[in-house]
Amino acid sequence: MRQLLFIIFLLVAPQTYAAGGKIHLESATIDISNEASLQRGAKYFVNYCLGCHSAKQLRYSRMSKDLNISPELTELNLMFTGEKIFDGMNISMTVEDAEKWFGVAPPDLSLIARSRGADWLYTYLKSFYMDDSRPFGVNNLVFPDVGMPHALADLQGLQAPIYKEVEREDGTFKKVIDRLEVVVPGRFTEKGYDSAMNDLVNFLVYMGEPAKLERQRLGWKVLLFLLVMIGIFYLLKKEFWKDIH
Amino acid sequence: MVEQVEDKRRRLFLTAAATTITGVGAAYVAVPFLASMNPSDRAKAAGAPVEADISKLEEGQLIRVEWRGKPVWVLKRTQTVIAQLEGMTDKLRDPDSNESEQPESCKNITRSIKPEIFLAVGICTHLGCSPTFRPDVAPEDLGPDWKGGFFCPCHGSRFDYSGRVYSSVPAPLNLVVPPHQYLTDSRILIGSDGGQA
Amino acid sequence: MSGMLKNALGWIDDRFPLSKVWNEHLAEYYAPKNFNWMYYFGSLAILVLVNQIITGIFLTIHYKPDAKLAFDSVEYIMRDVEWGWLIRYMHSTGASAFFIVVYLHMFRGLIYGSFKKPRELVWTFGMIIYVALMAEAFMGYLLPWGQMSYWGAQVIVSLFGAIPYVGEDLALWLRGDYVISDATLNRFFAFHVIAIPLVLVILVFMHIVALHAVGSNNPEGIEIKKHKDEKGIPLDGIPFHPYYSVKDLVGVGVFLFIFALIIFYMPEMGGYFLEHANFIPADPLKTPEHIAPVWYFTPFYAVLRAVPDKFLGVVAMAGAIIVLFLLPWLDRGKNKSIRYRGPVFKAAIIAFVISFIGLGYFGMQPVTSVGTWFSRFFSLVYFAFFLLMPFYSTIGEDKYVPERVEEDK
Repeated sequence: MRQLLFIIFLLVAPQTYAAGGKIHLESATIDISNEASLQRGAKYFVNYCLGCHSAKQLRYSRMSKDLNISPELTELNLMFTGEKIFDGMNISMTVEDAEKWFGVAPPDLSLIARSRGADWLYTYLKSFYMDDSRPFGVNNLVFPDVGMPHALADLQGLQAPIYKEVEREDGTFKKVIDRLEVVVPGRFTEKGYDSAMNDLVNFLVYMGEPAKLERQRLGWKVLLFLLVMIGIFYLLKKEFWKDIH
Repeated sequence: MVEQVEDKRRRLFLTAAATTITGVGAAYVAVPFLASMNPSDRAKAAGAPVEADISKLEEGQLIRVEWRGKPVWVLKRTQTVIAQLEGMTDKLRDPDSNESEQPESCKNITRSIKPEIFLAVGICTHLGCSPTFRPDVAPEDLGPDWKGGFFCPCHGSRFDYSGRVYSSVPAPLNLVVPPHQYLTDSRILIGSDGGQA
Repeated sequence: MSGMLKNALGWIDDRFPLSKVWNEHLAEYYAPKNFNWMYYFGSLAILVLVNQIITGIFLTIHYKPDAKLAFDSVEYIMRDVEWGWLIRYMHSTGASAFFIVVYLHMFRGLIYGSFKKPRELVWTFGMIIYVALMAEAFMGYLLPWGQMSYWGAQVIVSLFGAIPYVGEDLALWLRGDYVISDATLNRFFAFHVIAIPLVLVILVFMHIVALHAVGSNNPEGIEIKKHKDEKGIPLDGIPFHPYYSVKDLVGVGVFLFIFALIIFYMPEMGGYFLEHANFIPADPLKTPEHIAPVWYFTPFYAVLRAVPDKFLGVVAMAGAIIVLFLLPWLDRGKNKSIRYRGPVFKAAIIAFVISFIGLGYFGMQPVTSVGTWFSRFFSLVYFAFFLLMPFYSTIGEDKYVPERVEEDK
């Protein structure tokens, strides 16, 4: 029994333990069956991210189909780079230019939700704060010294860090960031911004694995079929094993 | 005794049920594997409709456009050529294009939307070679009766100026006319008929 | 109708031993009637092997073994190919399922003494299958060409560099380049899709032939061939078909249910089956913060890290696998089944299981001093279990061992 508990412990112990002890991540509400949320997320994505980040694995046509946006509306409202609807979400910025401007090329975001996780992205998007020592005047709590400017400042406004004193082991004190506070308001209220970022992250999760929608729709039918199959197999086994017992 | 017979029937029934559900399951599992060999979204994207610009196309000139990896011919025919199409009927296998493949709007003697502009997939309906365009009248190799059209060098199939196959050649059907539509007078979209057919 | 079938069968039997093979291995292969649920894992391993081969073939249709194209071709399968996501998840989940099933199968053999005389070769073939499976999984893991693929392969191939004198040259020869590169990907692909699967299938065949020659063991450790009726049929044996074929079907059903549950609802398994960092394309210039092999390799990886010397670490890791081969000759106990073994042996098995799982756990974690000490302790227990076995395996064994399978056991 104790072995069993140990095994269960191993299975549920999150692997993010590895990255633990850094910063508390806020949890995003992910529901990729929420079409309206995905549509809003797509809007934010093409307006605020697609300028610098590509998402080359996602075709506009796939998005149009999965999010129930007609191809005409997609071309009209969500495509700005003069591409065809079957194309992936590419950008015209070259890697060389990007490295010159930002120091590193902005990564392709197709799979970012699968490598970083939704909560990390959600917290990251909310954690920009003013820092004059950085080239773009902002820094980030979960990604210190990030090379990206606060592309969403127009919506969120700008946040300033509020410090608190923490006692070191040797009795001296050091200043650490306690929380962030909006000092220059943006177009959205704090709640409005949170909900917009939740939509955006939801869209990024969808983008990481478009087949997830289909997979979850289909799964329970397969499981139901297998249950019936197990039932029949069990009765068959019992019937044959009457000979033995 | 009765119990034994009952048992045997139960056993047979359960065996049949297990076999059936296994068969049904196997068939369901086979579907995704077989379907995975269909053209993927990428292949479909590459096979998306293409545009052809015919503003510079001159009379008698043929241009080739690639659509789904196949050559599509766009030919501007002269009035003489269009006029002679009527007289070809008795030499052809399917003069009215009843068995051949073309959009509804092209099921006429010129096999086109506009009489002078002829579009066809440049692949012989016999074994898939690409016929050559032979506008020359009565050349040595094709004989005195040749009025111009398309000739397939692989197995000698002949087609007239609207891609209709001659009788007594190996190709069974007329050349395929792809779905297409005019976006403007000089721009044709090949691969989509705008949902008309 | 049945007359016609009989004629057809007769025609074939004159030319190919169809009925003979059917009878020897299924209809008249007598298996002990007291198999318990631990005996499902052999047939399940075959099921998973078939799953891997079939899904593998269909993945090969779309995959591109080229460093520039590999990562995108996997995403192409996941997005553009009809049902590609399902086939890929069946393959990636199947890899982990293979090891779960094989570990349980080996554990079954361990506790019921299925490796003991006369089944030493069954165990040996099985161990070779296990090693081949590790090579297969390792090479397959490079193919998606993500960060974990790349750096995992980099670390493992570098291990060969620890071998004195020839190590560096060997590692270079394996990679075909100075780092893991396109050349490495291409050859791993060849091994993964052709060479090793072929070897695996042949080995599985030999494993089964050897098993059917000596007969199956059982939870009581009884040799059913010792007691036969006048026709030469073991008294405690029942024909594999139909009795165990229908029983295994139930196991197959339950397995498929769990398998489907993972594929449809948790294909990443929280980062254990598909690691998060592997969704970032391989970057030879940037190592991820934390490299850990996939879960099924972590016990051996922990042994490697427990030793503070490169060469000795590799020796310890290889040794951890080699001692498994020696098991039939290390165990000197008379009784087969754990049910009739002495208390020391029983305790040793528990200690072994805990240390194996413990090593697996610490092999996944970043290096910490606590983790290293635990790994060292568990490694010691692991090796002690095997190397001290000749001395403790005979202590306090039960005097009475049943000769026949008793009802209601």
